[in-house]
Amino acid sequence: MSLLQVSNIVAGYGETEILHGVSIAIEQGHIVTIIGPNGSGKSTLLKAIFGLVKPKKGQVIFQGRDITGLTPEAVVRQGLSYVPQSSNIFPSLSINENLEMGAFVRTDDFRQRLEEIYLLFPDLAGRRKDRAGTLSGGQRQMLALARALMLDPALLLLDEPSAGLSPNMVGSVFEKILGINRAGVAILLVEQNAREALQLSSRGYVLASGQNQLEDEGQKLLDNPDVARLYLGG
Amino acid sequence: MSTASPRTQRLLPKWSASYSVVACFLLLLVLAFFSIVKLELMVNGLFLGAIIALGAIGLSLIYGILNFAHLAQGDFMTLGAYIALFLLGTLLPGMGLKDTGLGPFTFGYPIFIALPLAILVMAAIAIGLDITIYRRLRRRGVGRVVLAMTSLGLAIGLRGIVQVIWGGDTYQYPRLSKAFYQLPMGVRIPPDNLFIGVTAILLVVVLYLFLTRTKIGKAMRATSDNVDLARVSGINTENIIRWTWALSAGLAATAGVLLAIFQAQLIPIMGWRFLIMLFAAVILGGIGNLYGALAGALVIGVAAEVSTQWLNPAYKVVIAFIIMIVALLIRPKGIFGVRD
Repeated sequence: MSLLQVSNIVAGYGETEILHGVSIAIEQGHIVTIIGPNGSGKSTLLKAIFGLVKPKKGQVIFQGRDITGLTPEAVVRQGLSYVPQSSNIFPSLSINENLEMGAFVRTDDFRQRLEEIYLLFPDLAGRRKDRAGTLSGGQRQMLALARALMLDPALLLLDEPSAGLSPNMVGSVFEKILGINRAGVAILLVEQNAREALQLSSRGYVLASGQNQLEDEGQKLLDNPDVARLYLGG
Repeated sequence: MSTASPRTQRLLPKWSASYSVVACFLLLLVLAFFSIVKLELMVNGLFLGAIIALGAIGLSLIYGILNFAHLAQGDFMTLGAYIALFLLGTLLPGMGLKDTGLGPFTFGYPIFIALPLAILVMAAIAIGLDITIYRRLRRRGVGRVVLAMTSLGLAIGLRGIVQVIWGGDTYQYPRLSKAFYQLPMGVRIPPDNLFIGVTAILLVVVLYLFLTRTKIGKAMRATSDNVDLARVSGINTENIIRWTWALSAGLAATAGVLLAIFQAQLIPIMGWRFLIMLFAAVILGGIGNLYGALAGALVIGVAAEVSTQWLNPAYKVVIAFIIMIVALLIRPKGIFGVRD
């Protein structure tokens, strides 16, 4: 049984239908990347999984439970976390408070988890009391990841974690994602930096116009000349 | 693509805003020393400012979380003041609790029962109004203009209810006349103002601790920063909204009771007239910024009180209005507006 099984999702905003029946699956501990041109519905798919967009049809099964149409505040209690593409931190809260908000649904003592997270993100550890709004773009992205990890999720949904970062930072964000995955967290990644993302991935999906176009192992998608020409910039 | 635009004003921005406040007051004090202005008016203006601050902070909280201008905030004050009138004038004396002239104050110890009860009742009313009216509107996805107009309707409705129950006459809380404190430099302070000042400071400190130390308070600030991220973090934003209403209405009820003590009278229009003071304070301080609301309120309070040296006290509101217009023209983000 897959960790996450998304079947024939139809969803959109108001009257506009963006996803016309998309299906993906991700296994325990894997990294799966979704690539596709702008407007193909990649971000909408993540939002539909997480309940920010209500699916009109289809099913989302996580760890054997049907989570279709749950609110985001209910979905996050199931063991998945989501990092939106932009506005993914609380700028007026301190870094420590951002992480506390990441652990909002935890009722146990999460101080140990907090220290583990600071070990994983040493840049943040030195600035616990600083406002998150004072961080640089790369540090913000790290904080966004750290916030999502506070729940120790089984699956992490990442929407374009490298967007708007310098090439240097892109490298360290991908390194961090790989590190998180090695610790046992499955990752569903939406990326514009398709080449780097697919190299990390056990599986990749190509979406186009809100439909499944292709799916294969990450390396095979990279080697596929059509994919290379259409989506990887030659 | 995310459409959430980053907000520039925060509920609790950096402390640097307070430096401008200090500078501002130093300036005002200097002016006073040159005896252009009666020091007494300035001092008592601070107490008026404290009342404005309580109402304005509530307004700012609602704006920060629910994102609309709550035009019924003034009438929340009125209703809170009248609920306390019912308790102080009818219910508590009926139970044998009748007292005035506690220490130097005009009122008696029943205020310590009436004020908390008025706060609780107003909080319950605000939550009830949210469940019956605002929540339905939110679910329909209406915009902030519709929400503001709804609150305008509610403002008129609440005032109507006050008029139906208590009539249009002026009332007072049961009181004894007391001598003013005589301070150096000809400053006279009604002792009740000390109660007003201490109550306001206490509530602001409690609110500050609530917002910075408690889980719900932090979640409120998080929701004000970014609603979507708050939801994906597992924060029940409907619950946060109920907390916001309860706090804002509780602050409004306190402001109403304190205003009734400050003016030594209650009339059904008192809160509505005061609303412009609240908006002037919030706009001067930067919309949705609580430090700004506090600072703006003190400036408005002092300016309004000082104006009575030359103008009829009925024009206090006009002074607040002029300051608000000037603030909007010069710095629409607020004089104390701080951006991250």
